[in-house]
Amino acid sequence: MDSKTLIMEDRQNCVCSQSDLVKIKAQDINFFYGKQQALKDINLDVLSNKVTAIIGPSGCGKSTFIRLFNRMHELVPNTTLTGRIYLDGQDILGACVDPAEIRRRIGMVFQKPNPFPKNIFENISYGLEVNGIKNKEFIEGRVIESLKKAALWDEVKDRLHDSALNLSGGQQQRLCIARCLAVKPEVLLFDEPCASLDPISTRKIEELILELKKDYAIVIVTHNMQQAARVSDYTGFFLLGELIEFDKTEKIFKAPKNQKTEDYITGRFG
Amino acid sequence: MCLLKARQGCILPRPPNMENMIKVKERLYKWLFTILAFASLIFLVGIVIVLFKEALPIFKKVKALEFIFGKFWYPTYDPPEFGIFPLILASVWVSVGAMLVCVPLGVGSALYLNEIASHKQKAVLKPLVEILASIPSIVYGFFGMVVLAPFLQNLLHLPIGLCAFTASLTLGIMATPTVCSIAEDALSYVPKSFREASFAVGANRWQTLVKVVIPAAGSGISTAIILGMSRAIGETMTVLMVAGGAAVIPKSFFDPVRPMTSAIAAEMGEAPMGSDHFHALFAIALILFLITFVFNVIAEAISRKYRIKLGLSG
Ligand SMILES: Nc1ncnc2c1ncn2[C@@H]1O[C@H](COP(=O)(O)OP(=O)(O)OP(=O)(O)O)[C@@H](O)[C@H]1O
Ligand SMILES: [Mg+2]
Repeated sequence: MDSKTLIMEDRQNCVCSQSDLVKIKAQDINFFYGKQQALKDINLDVLSNKVTAIIGPSGCGKSTFIRLFNRMHELVPNTTLTGRIYLDGQDILGACVDPAEIRRRIGMVFQKPNPFPKNIFENISYGLEVNGIKNKEFIEGRVIESLKKAALWDEVKDRLHDSALNLSGGQQQRLCIARCLAVKPEVLLFDEPCASLDPISTRKIEELILELKKDYAIVIVTHNMQQAARVSDYTGFFLLGELIEFDKTEKIFKAPKNQKTEDYITGRFG
Repeated sequence: MCLLKARQGCILPRPPNMENMIKVKERLYKWLFTILAFASLIFLVGIVIVLFKEALPIFKKVKALEFIFGKFWYPTYDPPEFGIFPLILASVWVSVGAMLVCVPLGVGSALYLNEIASHKQKAVLKPLVEILASIPSIVYGFFGMVVLAPFLQNLLHLPIGLCAFTASLTLGIMATPTVCSIAEDALSYVPKSFREASFAVGANRWQTLVKVVIPAAGSGISTAIILGMSRAIGETMTVLMVAGGAAVIPKSFFDPVRPMTSAIAAEMGEAPMGSDHFHALFAIALILFLITFVFNVIAEAISRKYRIKLGLSG
């Protein structure tokens, strides 16, 4: 690395650390499926306009963790959660907070593309309709805007009324992202968004994430170390329900403090 | 390499005639299943042929339109009258009534089982519903005749308890578990990911149910309804016991009626073989067959349309 980029980076770091806004703050999180503990004493901050990657071996609780942010864990019966999660300083786990409201503000894209068995247009307008928006022109405008943002517009503009299930896997995933964007969230959660996609679609999604970062706080769960290194600013390493290390992505990949992190990262690539 | 060979050696070599036996067995199975498959086809064709052959003679005496739309069914008078409109009307009334009972009840209870009931409740209730679905219809008929009919007669001050209304109610109750069970299956086949996606954009439970889950289970639910309806239309024993049996055009839901199936069942024993009455009963059976056939075609068309809409297959 030459000195120029180093200086640039230094300055960037400096600027960031001053204006970094904590978007989501997870505090002392413990989570149980029945009696089995899935998350142990987790503290983690998600920053605005940054991509936070969550890595770790299968079954370590990554999905469980990010599903707390939009209260999806409430769909699973028999679970216990202690600790606090704040969105812009507001406790989102409170009994008087409407989970639907939280889910509008924190969008989620799942591992497997899961468009509704409806047409492309309806898939995206759905989120607006369930939130009580009736104005047709407004909906149409928002659908187009979301498709453009999700870099899907050019591919589907002539067949908005075709079934979404006829799209390719990568297109479906971008459709799911557009569906998310349509309700104007503030945070985007991606749970292994590229797990079922080919390299080209994966690259498109990654470019998209970097683009979306300008407007959103982003959390991405991934098994792909290179992906984490490519797209994220911060990385958290989970192991058996514990957050082993959380730091700037560079530090995690270049100079991890914890031996376990290093083992995991290097083990992956031999 | 050596190890591999040794391992292979462990497997007992098959005696040569065993290979042959396996081949023969395979061929035998193939033939058996081919024959079975063809047998059901042959039975079906045979039934259709017999229906047509035995039904056609009546149309030499009575015109088809007169037969279907004739208002009087006096097969044993002299001269006899063969108009089955009252019977068709009775079947339609009773079936529609049964639908009005079994669709909301069946689909509603399926939604309850799938959406609201806890795992424990479902584990108990679903098998119970399936047991209800397998109770022989005569038991329902008995229940309708002995319990429901007198009860309704008292409650609504009816001249007779055995009427279209009672029959509808009994048939509806009888078809409810079938509708519920099939509809519940359809609902539980809806992938969890659809629900998650819906919740994730801020939909509530009701919206998710109405806008995502029910449409996705649509073809299964309509199959459930149509199967329930076929069961109601084709049902014989129950209507024979509770519908009242009067072959006149019903003026209200509380008139006794004689649906097509009960006419056949009740009169086949008395109609001399080869008589006009005998042929007329076969003609009723033929029309009933055509009606259920059309039903099934519609059901198939609906579920195919849904599948195309879902992009599942062509
Ligand atoms: N619905 C559930 N009920 C009970 N236990 C669950 C449930 N979901 C997950 N678990 C358990 O919680 C632990 C963490 O699961 P989780 O899905 O969060 O892992 P993950 O890190 O996302 O794994 P992967 O990388 O394979 O997606 C696992 O031991 C899993 O068996
Ligand atoms: Mg996961």
